Amino acid sequence: MIVEILLDATVRAGTPILFATLGAIINERAGIINLGIEGLMLIGALAGFTAAHLSGSLAVGVLAAFTAALMAGAIHGFITVQLRGNQIVSGLALTMFGIGITALFGRSMVGIRLDGFTRLAIPGLSELPIVGKAFFNQDPLIYLSFLLTVLIWVFFYRSRWGLALRSVGENPAAADTCGISVSLYRFCAVAVGSGIVGIGGAYLSLAYTPLWMENMSAGRGWIAVALVIFASWSSGRAMLGAYLFGGLTALQLRFQAMGTEISAHILQMLPYVFTIVVLVISTIRLEKGASQQPAGLGEAYDREDRK
Amino acid sequence: MIFAIEKRGAPSKTFAFTATVLSVLVALAVAGLLLLAAGVNPLAAYRDIVVESLGSLYGLSETLVKTTPLLFTGLAVSLAFRMQIWNIGAEGQLYMGACGASYIALFSGIENHLLMITTMFLAAALFGGCWGGVAGFLRARLRVNEVIVTLLMNYIAILWVDYLIYGPWRDPKGFNFPLTAQFSEAARLSEYFDTRLHSGFFLGLLLALLLYVFMERTIWGYEIKVIGSNPAAARYAGMKTGAAIFLVMFLSGAIAGIAGFSEVAGLQNRLQHGISPGYGYTAIIIAWLAKRSAIGVVIVSFLMGVLLVGGDSLQLIWQLPVAFVYAFQGLILFFLLGSDFFVRYRVRFRRKAA
Repeated sequence: MIVEILLDATVRAGTPILFATLGAIINERAGIINLGIEGLMLIGALAGFTAAHLSGSLAVGVLAAFTAALMAGAIHGFITVQLRGNQIVSGLALTMFGIGITALFGRSMVGIRLDGFTRLAIPGLSELPIVGKAFFNQDPLIYLSFLLTVLIWVFFYRSRWGLALRSVGENPAAADTCGISVSLYRFCAVAVGSGIVGIGGAYLSLAYTPLWMENMSAGRGWIAVALVIFASWSSGRAMLGAYLFGGLTALQLRFQAMGTEISAHILQMLPYVFTIVVLVISTIRLEKGASQQPAGLGEAYDREDRK
Repeated sequence: MIFAIEKRGAPSKTFAFTATVLSVLVALAVAGLLLLAAGVNPLAAYRDIVVESLGSLYGLSETLVKTTPLLFTGLAVSLAFRMQIWNIGAEGQLYMGACGASYIALFSGIENHLLMITTMFLAAALFGGCWGGVAGFLRARLRVNEVIVTLLMNYIAILWVDYLIYGPWRDPKGFNFPLTAQFSEAARLSEYFDTRLHSGFFLGLLLALLLYVFMERTIWGYEIKVIGSNPAAARYAGMKTGAAIFLVMFLSGAIAGIAGFSEVAGLQNRLQHGISPGYGYTAIIIAWLAKRSAIGVVIVSFLMGVLLVGGDSLQLIWQLPVAFVYAFQGLILFFLLGSDFFVRYRVRFRRKAA
């Protein structure tokens, strides 16, 4: 069944981008732009792979990926929140740092193979026609991504903390007046969001292609940054966007496998070209007021500057 | 003990400069710890960086060779920064510029040296300019985030060059290596002192001077600054901000494209895979460190040239990955941003009132 196979490949290729987009959304909802996503994915991928290799446990690997990316993200959080530094430069620095440090410490992991996550069929659901195999006969990390998508929605729209976090991103001065600690919420959002991005990296090195390769995220982090706008900062639409990309990747790989006349290099461009097109369309929608970005996005909050 | 954070009235210039130097030193120290953790003696590694890049005439010439593309990309990024436009795409614009210059060199059949070089130069500027101009147009007309667009276009440009050298432009006599045929003599810049130093370096210095005059001594430079610092005021004053954004991005892309011209005409003499190890990304830190001044770009480009040559030698001597230089650059930026806080704010400790 070609549709089933394509759908399955779509979910698998989309999952790392989904984790990264969810993490980025948490950052931006709190008002902090994080351009370090690409670097965080690499840090998560290497930390996850190394920990899983040393401990022999994939779960330890995922936990290590989350923790390492959380700590790296905390640097960005500290600089942008506590020190009110420029968010764009700090994020780019985080990406550079991530690329460099993983190249340095990943040398000993190159060439090592690892038994990655295997599929775990959910009884009943996995026998559904067409969607069953793609969504319910997958590895545990993919189920985790479903769970996170729902949990993040519940957190933002059905919990006090989520409401407080959104208010910090929309109008930090008002949140401050209500006694909400803007800096604490922002810092925690950046750190935890970064940790989730790290799991996306771990998906690459522990499930998608269970190995470590220098620069293996190959721009997925940047695609995620663009998808946040497409997703209108909502986790459900993030899933849609991530699978759109997964689908494109799956099709592209399929074309290559079929031995088409089109150059592999040209096919590899498609996801990037498509991201730009999606970004342009999403921005037009945004400008028309069809969706709204957090009003305080990108601005450091300083109580003294309150108007 | 309690402490309070207060804004400083006017940050002092000397203090800001000291803070910059200090943060680079702290970044060096932290990078040293990372090297130590990776099993490399940091002091020996740093000594190697300095010796290899500055310790001999040859080393110095190699440093200037690496400084050359950084001059162009650094100026390109810093020009856009002036207007608060983030051109993170200098890397891709460099590749497109190299593509334009190579097209002329390979297929125009021009035999006159001066005519050939001029045409290659213009083609590179046009290709790079158009590549940057796309992001400028999208930003000016539709307010599309230029950071993401320029970044994604880097990946596209690099894949495009790969497509050419693996496909239609591959040298039929090149034993299937992914590179084009070598350029004719007419398409090569002159080299000096029996080293790889070529006239692209002096072109870069000239461009820095031109941009300095443009930014500091012309009305356009002034408008760019106003639009960057206060777009609303600029609009009220009748400045065409949209057109300016497009033009600046086009110009920025063109300058980065010239870096590509200088690399293929002065150094490689052909188009091949990996012509830039990230000159476009290093340009971001150059523009930030140089505080957007054209003269600052020259100085910082040279320092980054030292770091890149040093990084290459670390790869040879210590088997370190070249990408380690990125970790170092990231650290410098982190500490610069951190130190900036202490330039802008003062932390006061007081004993708690009894």
